[in-house]
Amino acid sequence: MAKQSRLEVWKTYKNYVGGQFPRTESGRSYAVKNAMGKTIANACQSSRKDVRDGISAARSAWSGWNNRSGFNRGQILYRIAEMLEGRKKQLSDLLVSQGYTAAAANREINRSVDRLIYYAGWCDKYQSLFSTVNPVASAHYNFSVPESMGVVGMLAPANASLLGVVSLIAPCIAGGNTCLILADQEKPLAAISFAEVLHSADVPGGVVNILTGYQQELIDWISSHVDVNAVVCFDQEKADWQKIQENGAGHIKRTFQWNAKQMDTADGQSPYFIMDLQEVKTTWHPIQTIVSKGGAY
Amino acid sequence: MTGKKPVFNPQILNHPPVEQTGVEERTVRFTKRSIKGPSKMQGLHMVLSMIDLTTLEGKDTPGKVSQLCTKALHLHDQIPGLPTVAAICVYPSMVSIAKKALKGSRINVASVATAFPSGQSSLRIKLADTRLAVEAGADEVDMVISRGKFLAGEYAYVFDEIASVKEACGTARLKVILETGELGTLDQVRKASSIAIAAGADFIKTSTGKIQPAATLPVTLVMLETIREHYHKTGKKVGMKPAGGISKSKLALHYLVMVKETLGDAWLDKHWFRFGASSLANDVLMQVAKETMGNYQSPAYFSID
Repeated sequence: MAKQSRLEVWKTYKNYVGGQFPRTESGRSYAVKNAMGKTIANACQSSRKDVRDGISAARSAWSGWNNRSGFNRGQILYRIAEMLEGRKKQLSDLLVSQGYTAAAANREINRSVDRLIYYAGWCDKYQSLFSTVNPVASAHYNFSVPESMGVVGMLAPANASLLGVVSLIAPCIAGGNTCLILADQEKPLAAISFAEVLHSADVPGGVVNILTGYQQELIDWISSHVDVNAVVCFDQEKADWQKIQENGAGHIKRTFQWNAKQMDTADGQSPYFIMDLQEVKTTWHPIQTIVSKGGAY
Repeated sequence: MTGKKPVFNPQILNHPPVEQTGVEERTVRFTKRSIKGPSKMQGLHMVLSMIDLTTLEGKDTPGKVSQLCTKALHLHDQIPGLPTVAAICVYPSMVSIAKKALKGSRINVASVATAFPSGQSSLRIKLADTRLAVEAGADEVDMVISRGKFLAGEYAYVFDEIASVKEACGTARLKVILETGELGTLDQVRKASSIAIAAGADFIKTSTGKIQPAATLPVTLVMLETIREHYHKTGKKVGMKPAGGISKSKLALHYLVMVKETLGDAWLDKHWFRFGASSLANDVLMQVAKETMGNYQSPAYFSID
């Protein structure tokens, strides 16, 4: 019998939704290629229904996540960093297979770990730092406090498959939001493998949901979904960015375009990224005049 | 009250055993129908028109009930052409409040009665409970059967109880809740359905909503088959109301498919088929809005119920 060459078995990477790893509802997949154009894996080509499922998972996870103390969210972000540190080898191999040099892959992972720890520290601090006590001309205490927006839809940047995703997730969940991320179409493997890190790092199911698929197909569904409170994207084509803003305007959705190049520098981390995804609530609290009322405290 | 009170005939309990595997396989088929576009919209409108919007909680207040009635009257005014729900379902003490709030509309008021949800009381109390609801103006009465007696084999007792409550209902339509979650097997469901139908039920209903599992597709199919057999034998129609656990539009559409393929178009009307539900309405409205506007909706833009 003639010797047969072995057929390669390519892994089909699955979505991460609600703390589980489902295949896309549509049953579709697409080939992920390396820099030489050779197929190295398959990824789910998610449909609008996967977006819908991801958003409802994020919405139901939101109140629980938002009600955790900032300190606890910080612990969990730190844990993600620890788990990522332990999976360096796997992620490095993936990045290399997608065209990184070994040194660049190593640098990207280290930066990602550091960035997670950076935001872990901010979790219980940004609120006090950005809150204010406002002077008002009546007998009231007047506070302004940042609060999480809710569910954030995110489109990952093209050329930072891991660091880009971490730079999106970390400020978003540090501030008590939950999110749905569409991984980069060409290089989704690191993002979707990062889901395994999140899954093993005490992140409650549904807080982060990661889909793979075609941006052009899903961009409209994500930005027009009424239950998405904000959309963050990177360096979009002019027409796409306009579309996102128009969709957002329909129901007062916040839209942001962050700079992908900046993410690769020290300026890619800042509490202002957390603040982008916060709404400021102002509270008026009556002051009882102790002296005139005879000390009713 | 017209007609004579029916008498229990043990013959009605003779039926071939229900084959559970067959029933389950059949119900899976109902979930495979593709309903899209205009048919989906028509189905969703039909679901809305068949809902018994329900609040059955110890914490119900007059305010909560009139809020629910307002919701029934104005499901989602931003979308024109929506039907209203079929009825509001409340405790007897809330009937008069609902009746007042719904005055001038075509929405019925249904009231649970007979020591709902457990049914653990004497016949005298149950009849008094029923009269309380009817005298307050209930158009429909949802009674529970005595599951304890049923499971102990006292079928005649259960039968007579239903017949007496039916008498006490007068012109109000009687829905008989079998509480299938407590009956155990599909054979028991079939038996209880036969008893309820023979004793004069206008509707048979799966559950109180207080016990898990509540309505399921297999249980409903067995009940629909019992209705069908009764119709073939006597030419008399009986209504069906699955209740509890149906909170998604897709599942509601599966139920409509099952009704259509088991009993036919004649039952696809709120006079013969109802959904007992509280959160289903909003999910259907979100689907209708999605079909109308083209994008996915948020619960934040729909009334709280």
